[in-house]
Amino acid sequence: MANTIKVRASLSGDVVTVKALISHPMETGQVKDKKTGQLIPAHFIQEVVCEHNGAAVMTAQWGPAISKNPYLSFRFSGAKAGDSMILRWVDNKGESDSAETKIS
Amino acid sequence: MTNMKRRTLLKGSLAAGAVSMAVTTGLLAPRAVLAAWPKEAFEAKSVDDALNSLMGSNALEGSDKIEIKAPDIAENGAVVPVSVSTSITGVESISIVAEKNASPLTSSYVLGPNTEAYVATRIKMGKTSSVIAVVKAGGKMYSTGKEVKVTIGGCGG
Repeated sequence: MANTIKVRASLSGDVVTVKALISHPMETGQVKDKKTGQLIPAHFIQEVVCEHNGAAVMTAQWGPAISKNPYLSFRFSGAKAGDSMILRWVDNKGESDSAETKIS
Repeated sequence: MTNMKRRTLLKGSLAAGAVSMAVTTGLLAPRAVLAAWPKEAFEAKSVDDALNSLMGSNALEGSDKIEIKAPDIAENGAVVPVSVSTSITGVESISIVAEKNASPLTSSYVLGPNTEAYVATRIKMGKTSSVIAVVKAGGKMYSTGKEVKVTIGGCGG
């Protein structure tokens, strides 16, 4: 799968601001396909985890009510420039992706 | 109505029981939590049920220390930007609830010890309703709400 995650982590003072965009359909399972009249099966990200130095700084649990191509932003402290950070997601079909980025 | 109340209560105490069981058996070690997606909470049809299932309680305390940023009017319910921040200390988790969605709980964020009490994301809203931010800190739950008018719903199709 092509990389689905765009993530940026910028350090300002002591605080890292993380902004992430993920490409994902986030189907709720309640929408009908206009052509076939069949429900489009639910397909959404259930969990997004961000780790810095092996410790989870953010664990997001999502339901289908998160918008398509989700955006997530949060802040944490205790990191320095050049540290690496991993963001990964898992969806309800067991698909997953991860991205590593350097804090700058 | 009394029946409904009773059902909610029963459900709530059951869920709370399950959680305390999980804690005592050590199932809720941080690693294990990552694997367990709270299916019931996300499928619950009411705010109370969702919170009961997610945190074992729906006893919310109103707080003016929580700030929700969301538009007053959202033209497109499929993409409603919401951010929550709070000055409450010792925040363990932040949950975002859209009161009148078919399944009100949209997302829940568990914060690490160095993570600031701030999250921003984009949610779907079926119709005009209150967006509620639930902040869990020191074993208590605080909340505040903001009304968002939705012109075109973003859940059905």
